[in-house]
Amino acid sequence: MDAFIDNFANLDSLIEVWPLLLSGLEVTLLLCLVTVPAGVALGLAVAVLHSLRIRYLTTLLIVYVDLLRSFPPLVLLILIYYGLPFLGLELSELPAAALALVLNSSSYYGEIFRAGIEAIPKGQREAARSSGLSALQALVHVVLPQAVRAVVPPLTSNTLELVKLTSIASVVALPELLRTARMAQDLVYNPTPLMAAALIYFLLLWPLVRLISKLDRRSMAMR
Amino acid sequence: MEQLGKYFFNLDVMWGALPAMLEGFALTLEIAVAVVLIGITSGLLLAIVRAFQIRPLNWLLVFLVDLLRALPQLVVIMIVYFALPYAGIQLSSIVSTIVSLAAILAAVSEEIFWAGITIVPKGQWEAARSTGLGFLTTLIHVVLPQAIRVAIPPLTNWTIAITKGTALGAAVAVPEIIGQALSVQSIVANPSPLTLGALMYLVIFAPLVQLSRWIERRYGWAV
Repeated sequence: MDAFIDNFANLDSLIEVWPLLLSGLEVTLLLCLVTVPAGVALGLAVAVLHSLRIRYLTTLLIVYVDLLRSFPPLVLLILIYYGLPFLGLELSELPAAALALVLNSSSYYGEIFRAGIEAIPKGQREAARSSGLSALQALVHVVLPQAVRAVVPPLTSNTLELVKLTSIASVVALPELLRTARMAQDLVYNPTPLMAAALIYFLLLWPLVRLISKLDRRSMAMR
Repeated sequence: MEQLGKYFFNLDVMWGALPAMLEGFALTLEIAVAVVLIGITSGLLLAIVRAFQIRPLNWLLVFLVDLLRALPQLVVIMIVYFALPYAGIQLSSIVSTIVSLAAILAAVSEEIFWAGITIVPKGQWEAARSTGLGFLTTLIHVVLPQAIRVAIPPLTNWTIAITKGTALGAAVAVPEIIGQALSVQSIVANPSPLTLGALMYLVIFAPLVQLSRWIERRYGWAV
């Protein structure tokens, strides 16, 4: 038992590497702060453009979404980080990770918003238009508010996945939480930093997991 | 444009990389199949265990499920591969990847199956029990068939999302598609193997994404 605690919950090691882990947490939070709003915005744009029913554009958007949903996010990140420099476009770790995550999540957010928009009865839009609202006004003031409210559960769930996904940036050596934990493990020769990082993720995300569990059950029960 | 052909669609380079890449392709498929089989079976078994409503056992189960949903996939893989050896459990990188992803899929599918079980109306239970069926017989022959039907659409989406995590194995040196592509790429100094790898993922996952679209339409699952 002593050996176990020495390895997995070594307080001296933890104190030694704590500043490093904190700096990693900051980078993780920064990455979330960039990618969540950008992913949501791009996804919403994709869904709104899709709802316009312009033939070729719609096909193009479906290809965009399905292509991005078919690539593992890590593959996208590696293509961007290791591939683009050959085209003369060199992105450092943070922008490369942010770009990969935003592209990937925009496809999921896009699908969610699309489903939300399509669930709103056509009559709503027609009623809004016939009362004199323009197409844009009908979309912004009538359709979207209802659509967004209907998809809060999957939006929350997808955001949780996106936050967790930031950890793949460690593969291209961005010093976020997971990466700093691995670096710290090489300093102290025990897995305490890794366990600490896991604990940080867990404490940060557990409330969200509970919330999603509740929302999911509620929306499943309504079907 | 010429650069694009030379660096991303260089057929000579792709041809040279093909044998290694095909090995990676086969390994990715093997890992994915193992993850799906182990993960979904365990998830179903765990949901059945939960139906017995043994308090302390359920608390433990809910906690473990929450833990696995809150931790990023890559963090789980890193813990299994880099931390468990300190507890005397040494797994190869391939087994670590399978165990981690299967555990996550088990947690997620347990939640989905359990949600399916809870929304089967109580009258179904009571009717089955009053005809003389035992608890387990009722669960297996009456409740689960209905629960599984509801579970299929979300389960498909989650299974696809988690099997895409096989790419994360590259971070612990599993020679799957992306791992092979990276090692060939570093030898030939040309990212065409990455393109080939991306195409291989497309071959695996694009049909699955289409399948999930079809299932969503068929079962009328909007989100």
